[in-house]
Amino acid sequence: MTDKIYRVNMTTLKVSTEEVPSQWKILGGRGLTSTIVSQEVKPTCHPLGKYNKLIFAPGLLAATNCANSGRLSAGAKSPLTGTIKESNSGGTAAHSLARLGIKALIIEGLPAKDTFYRLHVDKNGVTLNEEKELVGKGNYEVVNILSERLGKRIGVITIGPVGEMRLPTANISVREPGGNLRSIGRGGLGAVMGAKKIKCITIDDTGSEETNYYDQEKFKEAAKVFAKALVEHPVTGEALRNYGTDVLINILNEAGGLPTKNFRSGQFEGHEKISGETMHDIIVRRAGKPIHACHTGCVIQCSQVYNDQNNQYLTSGFEYESIWAFGANCCIDDLDIIAQADHIMDDIGIDSIETGVALGVAMEAGVIPFGDGPAVLRLLKEIASGSPLGRLIASGSAAVGRAYGVTRVPVVKGQGIPAYDPRVVKGVGITYVTSPMGADHTAGYSVATNILKVGGFVDPLKKEGQIQLSRNLQIATAFVDTTGLCLFVAFPLLDNPAALNAVVDMINARYGTGMTVNDLTELGKKILKTEHEFNLAAGFNNKHDRLPEFFEEPCPPHNAVWDFTEEEIDSFWNF
Amino acid sequence: MMIKVKLFASFRSGRFAEADWEYVEGLTLEDVLKKLNIDKKEVGVLLVNSRHAGIDYKLKEGDIISIFPVIGGG
Repeated sequence: MTDKIYRVNMTTLKVSTEEVPSQWKILGGRGLTSTIVSQEVKPTCHPLGKYNKLIFAPGLLAATNCANSGRLSAGAKSPLTGTIKESNSGGTAAHSLARLGIKALIIEGLPAKDTFYRLHVDKNGVTLNEEKELVGKGNYEVVNILSERLGKRIGVITIGPVGEMRLPTANISVREPGGNLRSIGRGGLGAVMGAKKIKCITIDDTGSEETNYYDQEKFKEAAKVFAKALVEHPVTGEALRNYGTDVLINILNEAGGLPTKNFRSGQFEGHEKISGETMHDIIVRRAGKPIHACHTGCVIQCSQVYNDQNNQYLTSGFEYESIWAFGANCCIDDLDIIAQADHIMDDIGIDSIETGVALGVAMEAGVIPFGDGPAVLRLLKEIASGSPLGRLIASGSAAVGRAYGVTRVPVVKGQGIPAYDPRVVKGVGITYVTSPMGADHTAGYSVATNILKVGGFVDPLKKEGQIQLSRNLQIATAFVDTTGLCLFVAFPLLDNPAALNAVVDMINARYGTGMTVNDLTELGKKILKTEHEFNLAAGFNNKHDRLPEFFEEPCPPHNAVWDFTEEEIDSFWNF
Repeated sequence: MMIKVKLFASFRSGRFAEADWEYVEGLTLEDVLKKLNIDKKEVGVLLVNSRHAGIDYKLKEGDIISIFPVIGGG
């Protein structure tokens, strides 16, 4: 099946298809969404207006035998940051879209009427259907109703009430093989989908053709090498599966870099109660699933299903960032309360990182006390009601800070800072300030080398080597995000050249290209620079590549401070 | 005087989460690993007083040692 570009025009309510332009052939995932945004979206546009576009793109290796290749990217101009944005998730959608020959789904324009729509994607193409029943419903109910309507195997991409209300923290949820939800989390892309009046996208890949390989035998060989590398690396082969990402709570706490009480210090008294070790024991005791893959073909299986005290499903995809944001950052040490919060956030369709940081700022302002779990749950439930306070929280950390006159607001380019204190883990601090995405930890996960000693070691408390580390990782990540590979493959990629060569070999065997490792690096650089240029045209400059001034204060126990000069930070872009 | 040894994740199996040990002059981290029956190849992160340390580090009274297997996350 020849890949095509699908355009859905919400102004005319028409769907069209195009041949894939030759320059886009070697792009997928983030490389494709960012290229299209930079070429087709006015950088100064209103993110909720008619000039913004929402683009979904599976990665280059989707719908193949390659392990861990099923990430789905979404891109647009972000309503939260005003920068270019890409965010991706697991789930079933990427493999299905790729199987149906959809290289990218570009949603443009703005409907005149107030009606919501459901896009339906199958082997006959894409259709628009007016949607009434699902409007206002939470994501879990949406998935249930659509399963009844269209069959248990139906793929779903959905926004919750937060996206329908076009709030800048709205996420996009993707159904996963177990039937639950994965999150295209950061930057408010759910609000763009809501502005374009699309409640959900259903995907039926029945009758789709087999993937065309340029050289299927060569692909199979390389895929074997790659899968072996994933399974043999201690992080992807064992650590992530056994304890999941929440294992990081204790390690960051020991290292003194776990942001606590709205980024006041680097250690949290209640760390053990919210740790991966504790979560593992609770899951096993309550007959949950300590091991879980978020998409077909994943060999890492880092996720889990967490049950409540009655052994009933409570949440899944219960990750370090969410647990940190409500745990150490808001000083809640009750994992069950945090799990309830996680469930609500998945259901209403909101970014858990931004919400946790926003609540930390709200606590700073005295709206509710630090550590008050029940109050947090009350506020979360209020968000879906659309009350003024709910809308304020769902407008993100910077908005809450402004409404209450707070200076201790941990954001870069309007996006809340994630679960690593930048003063203590300086390599990820550089990523926070320089990434075109705003404060984003996955964009250049220096934590791997600063704390986890993967890909070498660069002392997290010193400035030396951090800019180069962050730069190399941001370039590599831009490339990995283009392949549709789960970013956790970066652990073996950093340590094992055979793994990286296998990825190059798979791309060449799939598309008949003659790429080298160097070409991948150049591709990563190009994507990063494309994103940076969009931001410059949108009105950003080097003064936005800065941390809030309160990071001059020492962070105990190390009493580390953020001490990079402006010139040092600006040198990041010298490549 | 004592030193504190803290173990995490799979290292806790069959061992402990936290223990206070007698401080012995000249004790290195490598010695501690041997006493715990932990193969140094399995160690991911080794911290002393919240800072990364090498296995030849000579312990001082009051040191807090944190030992993790190889770990990842996001």
